[in-house]
Amino acid sequence: MKPAHRMHAGPAHIGTPRIASSSKNAHATTHAPLGDDYSNVMRPMLERDRDFTPVTASTVDRHVLARGSQEEVVENTTRKGKEERPDSITPTPTCTSSILQEDLQHFVRGASITSDSDAIPADVNHYRVDESQAADGTSEQAIRHHPNKARRQGTLGRSPVNVPSANTIGTPTLGSHNQHDCRELKRSLRGIGIGINQIVPEGALIGNPHNPPKARFNPVPHREVGLMAAVYSDEEFGTPCISTTPAGIVETAEWIRQTQERVGKRSPASLEEKVDHELYIDQQTRSVSQAARSPRSIDRQNSVGKRAVVFGDATHATAMTKVPSREMGIRVCRAGTYCKHDAEWSNEQARGFCDEIPVTDDHTEVGDTIGRVEPPAISGTQMERHVGKRLDIPRGVTPSPVHIQNFPSGYRPFPGYEGTNQIADSVYNPHTLGTEDHLPDIFGGHDIEGVTESLPTEQDSLIRNPESQLKPSQIPRSVRGKTKVKTEESARRNGITNITIEVIYAAREILGTR
Amino acid sequence: MKRFETPTFERETGNYHTSRPISRVARSYQKIEDSPSLVVGTKTCGYFLQNAPGATVPAEPRYAMAEPEEGDTPAKPNDYGESKRPCPRVIGNRDPSATARTGTRTTEVIKMDLEGMAPKPESEIGVPIVVARANGPDHAFAQGEDTASAATAHRCAERDLVDKRDQPLQSPPSQGAEPSEPVTVPSANRETNPPPVPLGSLPPTVAPQSNPEPKRQSVRVWGWLPAQSYTALPPLGAGVYVCGANPFPSRTATTPMRRRKRRLIGAPSPTGPDGTRAWIEKICPASGVRTQGSKERERQVREGSKDYLDSVRGKPVFFAGDNPLEVSLARSPIRRGTVVYEIGIPYMDKRHQAAEPAPSRDTCKDVRIPVPRIVEKPDNYDQIQRMRESRPDLAITGMANANPSEARGIDTKRSVESTFAQIHGFTNARGVLQSVTRSLRRNDPGDSGWAANLVKGDNNPMQ
Repeated sequence: MKPAHRMHAGPAHIGTPRIASSSKNAHATTHAPLGDDYSNVMRPMLERDRDFTPVTASTVDRHVLARGSQEEVVENTTRKGKEERPDSITPTPTCTSSILQEDLQHFVRGASITSDSDAIPADVNHYRVDESQAADGTSEQAIRHHPNKARRQGTLGRSPVNVPSANTIGTPTLGSHNQHDCRELKRSLRGIGIGINQIVPEGALIGNPHNPPKARFNPVPHREVGLMAAVYSDEEFGTPCISTTPAGIVETAEWIRQTQERVGKRSPASLEEKVDHELYIDQQTRSVSQAARSPRSIDRQNSVGKRAVVFGDATHATAMTKVPSREMGIRVCRAGTYCKHDAEWSNEQARGFCDEIPVTDDHTEVGDTIGRVEPPAISGTQMERHVGKRLDIPRGVTPSPVHIQNFPSGYRPFPGYEGTNQIADSVYNPHTLGTEDHLPDIFGGHDIEGVTESLPTEQDSLIRNPESQLKPSQIPRSVRGKTKVKTEESARRNGITNITIEVIYAAREILGTR
Repeated sequence: MKRFETPTFERETGNYHTSRPISRVARSYQKIEDSPSLVVGTKTCGYFLQNAPGATVPAEPRYAMAEPEEGDTPAKPNDYGESKRPCPRVIGNRDPSATARTGTRTTEVIKMDLEGMAPKPESEIGVPIVVARANGPDHAFAQGEDTASAATAHRCAERDLVDKRDQPLQSPPSQGAEPSEPVTVPSANRETNPPPVPLGSLPPTVAPQSNPEPKRQSVRVWGWLPAQSYTALPPLGAGVYVCGANPFPSRTATTPMRRRKRRLIGAPSPTGPDGTRAWIEKICPASGVRTQGSKERERQVREGSKDYLDSVRGKPVFFAGDNPLEVSLARSPIRRGTVVYEIGIPYMDKRHQAAEPAPSRDTCKDVRIPVPRIVEKPDNYDQIQRMRESRPDLAITGMANANPSEARGIDTKRSVESTFAQIHGFTNARGVLQSVTRSLRRNDPGDSGWAANLVKGDNNPMQ
């Protein structure tokens, strides 16, 4: 048994519904006890989604524990098929069904006889994979299932279309800034004359299953989700994949050069013209991206050489290591990842850009590292944000796990040229500004005393009962001042001179202080 | 048309959204300050706990997970060594007076004998281990707290009050910040009954707030279960009355009844002015005190929140149901003339909540509205269809359905808030109303839907 209480990656059965809920007209059913369908809460809350999350639980209760779920999974799958008429239903095992050792495959076979929808059992094991690995596996299953079905029916389109196009793979729901990433990727591709064939997951679980092979290549912006599907696509249909994340100026340019090469690889001879994107790259770097300009501007000079600690998933941690150190002159002293299964890759990528590479999924270890290093800025997940809060270190949040403020309403992509601007902002914003940095040194710190202190309260005739003085400690700090003011206000109005607990409560009743 | 029918109990498939019971356990041990909790469960439980109590997690929570790995799942039911390993981490340098072990459905499936495993480390570490099984297959949301409190009830000291009747009563154990002042019990009352013990973990700011109410009636409260700290658990001696302060601690209530032969005061839970009054009026006679001025107090409070009352009058409301507070929460809005279409509820202990539906029925008669139907173990999918048909003005529902319902033009109120907000006693009656009416008030200026208002621009709500 492993002691833990905060984790960076969720359980496997969050990953699979993330894929299903990204796709139009797909549904996931989880074989789970009551209360385990909290992906249903996370999606409408974090993403402010307007639609009901297409995830239903097939509830495991005491009876199921006693005699197995028998017809329950089949009934639920069939019922959902009738109610929602999805194109595909993905029954998903949870940790409970893993230890119940029920044959989900068998249930699914039963359900697919009675239901019109395709039933694809998610091939995930709670005890072996985490959230992103499960999402990765499920998207591969999807891209494997549909073209195979199309092949059996003889409708699989194999030849790439004449106009060069790409499938973007990855960016499911509940990922940090994923919707913006997807849009920016589309924009970037359009900028170099490449259309979008299909977005996976979004259309891939349904619709034109014979479509995926038509693309010239498959860019995978985040290696956590989508790489398996892209590799399968390469093996099966010969569609090459680009696993570079176009984050930062250098990598984006590299990514564009790769697309150029991949398009050439699969283009029909007649279309083979010389495409050269160098001019485009140059133009974008100079005029669209401000990230090249801003480190060179004089006001950014005080950031040069400042230290930072970076932590996150493999993709984001690597990018947030490379970009600041290579493009902004910031010294990344620790660059860690919690993606243990991908540690080798992140080590290789971050090597040379940082002093040390901790690989751990233990948040206390990360916290201790930050405490030892004491960097002036942290870039990490929500957990590192809390560490920063505790240690009073400025922090920026990019990778998952993230909270609702990392699902911004404004356009905040991570990849592409617009992404370079966003990265630059998120790197620089935690740092204190130039003059602010110098002046307190000269004048001996900020003069906060006396500014925030409220006006001295007039010495009045109010007697504060010692018992009532104890009470404010029980009132949440955020409303303590307001409660005090309102209590005294109402005491004066009602001619009460002795403030007891009852007076405080009475004031609350009337004024509704909260 | 038949106007006043009796409440209809229905039962559906139980396919509804709710929080896992361990979330309430996390909360109830937040109340018992000196007892960190060890949740024995998988990543699923851990991820839920870190997402659900959300912001409380970073503030060094008083819980930790012991996560069974793949090697642990083949049942080693008395896995003493394995379960002892995370212990030091939970206890850490906190110097607790007790630790709690919380079973989940994983321990249930692999049949881990949590109760059997507890005594040995208990004697070795020297800290009591309270075991509560709060698992998804058996319980919903707040029931987790019930199992935890029930487990704690076993640990309450035995102290016989009746035999010591000749001696003056000892003052009750001090309650958190509530100072144990010398209690002036009129001598006439001493012979009757010792003070009652309310059951249910209330926020520390609320528990003492409800105290002034019985105090006003010169009824002292013997202590709360669970108490602010493990060492301050109230002794449950013979003659002690217990009384639910929440509608769900049915198991906690039966523990002193069956194991300790204590008596239970059946009362509606003290939410809203009418509930609080009924609660006080039930408690007082049990302690041999005549209630004084509670009617007047109820009227005052109702008068004080008149502005909010008017905004819910006649509004149709739908309770989807995910914590067992619904029936008692619905009672007060009905009293204000709100038409409640449906009250979903995870489970209904009809005996324990016997005092609840009756007020609902009576209240409905009083204000001349149809009696709502009560749906136990609701089916969320069917409920959404019913909501679509009946189009309530306000749906009180879980977070899974809140945003999608809003997008479909139904104002919603998140149901979890009622379990975490301060809803008990006269003092909070206005607060409850304020919170419930918030989404109604947001939409009030010009009622043609947000999109129309914002897009046309000719209907400025600020005017």
